[in-house]
Amino acid sequence: MSVMTANTQAAQPTPPSRKRNSLSKGKLPRWAVPATAAGAIIVGAAFSTLTGFSVATFAIYSAVLFVIAGTVLTSVVEGRRQGRNAMWTYLIYGAFLLALIPLASVLYTVLEKGLPGMNSHFLFSSMNGVTGAVDNQSVADGAPVIGGAYHALLGTLMITLWATLISVPVGMLTAVYLVEYGKNGVLAKAITFFVDVMTGIPSIVAGLFAAAFFGLLLGPNARMGIVAAVALSVLMIPTVVRSTEEMLKIVPNELREASYALGVRRWRTILKVVIPTAISGIASGVTLAIARVIGETAPILVTAGIASSINTNVFANWMSTLPTFIYYQILTPTSPTNIDPSVQRAWAAALLLILMVMALNLGARLIASLFAPKKGR
Amino acid sequence: MTTNALKSKSSTSGQAGDKIFSGTALAAGVLILVTLFAVAIFLLIQALPTFVADPADISGGEGFFAYIWPIVIGTVIASAIAILIATPVGIGVALFISHFAPRKVAGPLGYVIDLLAAIPSVIYGAWGYMVLAPALVPAFEWLAANLGFIPIFAGPASQTGKTMLTAGIVLAVMVLPIITSLSREIFLQTPKLHEEAALALGATRWEMITTAVIPFARPGIISAVMLGLGRALGETMAVALVLSTGNLIPSLIKTGNQTIAAEIALNFPEAFGLRLAELIAAGLVLFMITLIVNMIARGIIARHKEFSGAN
Repeated sequence: MSVMTANTQAAQPTPPSRKRNSLSKGKLPRWAVPATAAGAIIVGAAFSTLTGFSVATFAIYSAVLFVIAGTVLTSVVEGRRQGRNAMWTYLIYGAFLLALIPLASVLYTVLEKGLPGMNSHFLFSSMNGVTGAVDNQSVADGAPVIGGAYHALLGTLMITLWATLISVPVGMLTAVYLVEYGKNGVLAKAITFFVDVMTGIPSIVAGLFAAAFFGLLLGPNARMGIVAAVALSVLMIPTVVRSTEEMLKIVPNELREASYALGVRRWRTILKVVIPTAISGIASGVTLAIARVIGETAPILVTAGIASSINTNVFANWMSTLPTFIYYQILTPTSPTNIDPSVQRAWAAALLLILMVMALNLGARLIASLFAPKKGR
Repeated sequence: MTTNALKSKSSTSGQAGDKIFSGTALAAGVLILVTLFAVAIFLLIQALPTFVADPADISGGEGFFAYIWPIVIGTVIASAIAILIATPVGIGVALFISHFAPRKVAGPLGYVIDLLAAIPSVIYGAWGYMVLAPALVPAFEWLAANLGFIPIFAGPASQTGKTMLTAGIVLAVMVLPIITSLSREIFLQTPKLHEEAALALGATRWEMITTAVIPFARPGIISAVMLGLGRALGETMAVALVLSTGNLIPSLIKTGNQTIAAEIALNFPEAFGLRLAELIAAGLVLFMITLIVNMIARGIIARHKEFSGAN
């Protein structure tokens, strides 16, 4: 506001000086924000030391002081409206920094605690025969931890593979129906709506559904890999439908019409023209859907049980997956008195799982960019 | 004559192909509808024994309602904490990415937040169990000492940190990316002309956001929060690992409380008979709650789409 009252007529021929001219009057100089920040950090450190120093109180005090001081300073020099603007700007930057803390903490924890346990023994041996006594012995001897997640890794791959085999055809065909046949019919609208609703089904309910369904067919407590795969596909199908639908919608109609004009049947047009055009997007959508379900724990817990030995047959016996392996290693350590080996195995498995999920996410981006159809221009 | 024969032959075979293909596609679509109804029906059938059983046989001995009520409330409390924390932070992050961050870094930053969504829930649970819970113990003690007169902060604080508040914070971290990515998309759709008009009238950046961006995005924000709520209600692992369960109590910093999803996950592996039916009935209740929340959210989005003209 004070800027407006200043003399703005000046088109002065004098060379621009480093002094503050009439235009920058009533504005905080550039160094004001860093200076306020430095002051807030120093005072925050002092306050924090007075009440017993800790990083958390130091950060909280400094941040609060900085926001208050910065707001007051801007309000006094630049006016109340600019002061409010400054306060909200600081708060929004703060929100972003706050959101980064858990991400950084989770990634750091997984790397720090997972790396020591990550070796070829861990990757290629199961928990078969590893008991509390074995863990106690290895702690007493200071020997490397025995037992690994090979069985869980195989279980994860098998169950996810079967879930993909179920959900990709169903999901893709549904999307084809919605885009190519259903158009805006009542049925298509109902399917779209319920696919959206299905996205929100809690994963444990999907697990319970599969358990209840197979429980009716095969008697209670029917737990095996395929039940878990069915549970996961309930979670996966909506994602596949949505991404395929989006991709099919952006295939230009001219391509379809050109194909029809050549006398090609509708189903061959879809199979030979429409889907190949959209395949990169579909593939990346499917990869993201796999990344989403590969880390699911709750549905596996109620459908596949746990196992400590290798089982590659999804149609019989219990199976472990990496998420359930992590869960049980933490909640019920193999040796209740020496939990360190179990904790180490859990975090190594967590690292392995995060690497797989990240690889799938990156893979999806790579597929999308590598195989994207060439743009006309 | 030959052309006629060829024509009829190719057209019949083609028609068959068309029919088979469209039939399969239709069947897949119908299968999804059937699956969703089957979820409800099968859960209902398996849960039925709970509703007809003698109330004394249900866990707690006072019937299904007395059993499910405290854990429904626990679920609501955990989700409420998560939403109260994640909504302001999530909207702040979305605004930061859409309107504050330099254009060059905004894209990668969005990707970083999406990474948060990609981390499996069991890893958040393990992190909450081993890192966050112990780290929060001093904060809980401070709350108990200074704000203990408020029932939700009544002490003595848990010494392990495995409390409802910790579980709520872990849930907040998990729903944050959902709220952020959905509201960011809406913020980016704000008509550029509205924003520029506000700025041209002399509005500060914050005033531009309150006058142009927020009114446009309000329905989108509400539905984003509802979808986040749906996720928080159904999230299992974070609570199962982080919370030391117990009876329903008002204090958030003591051991106690329970949520439906965690109750199922913790007890299902050993359950049989009536207990199994009970847990499935609990799952049915959870399904109904999340279904209603999600349908409301989707309804808001659908209505908004028709009016806004955005896509």
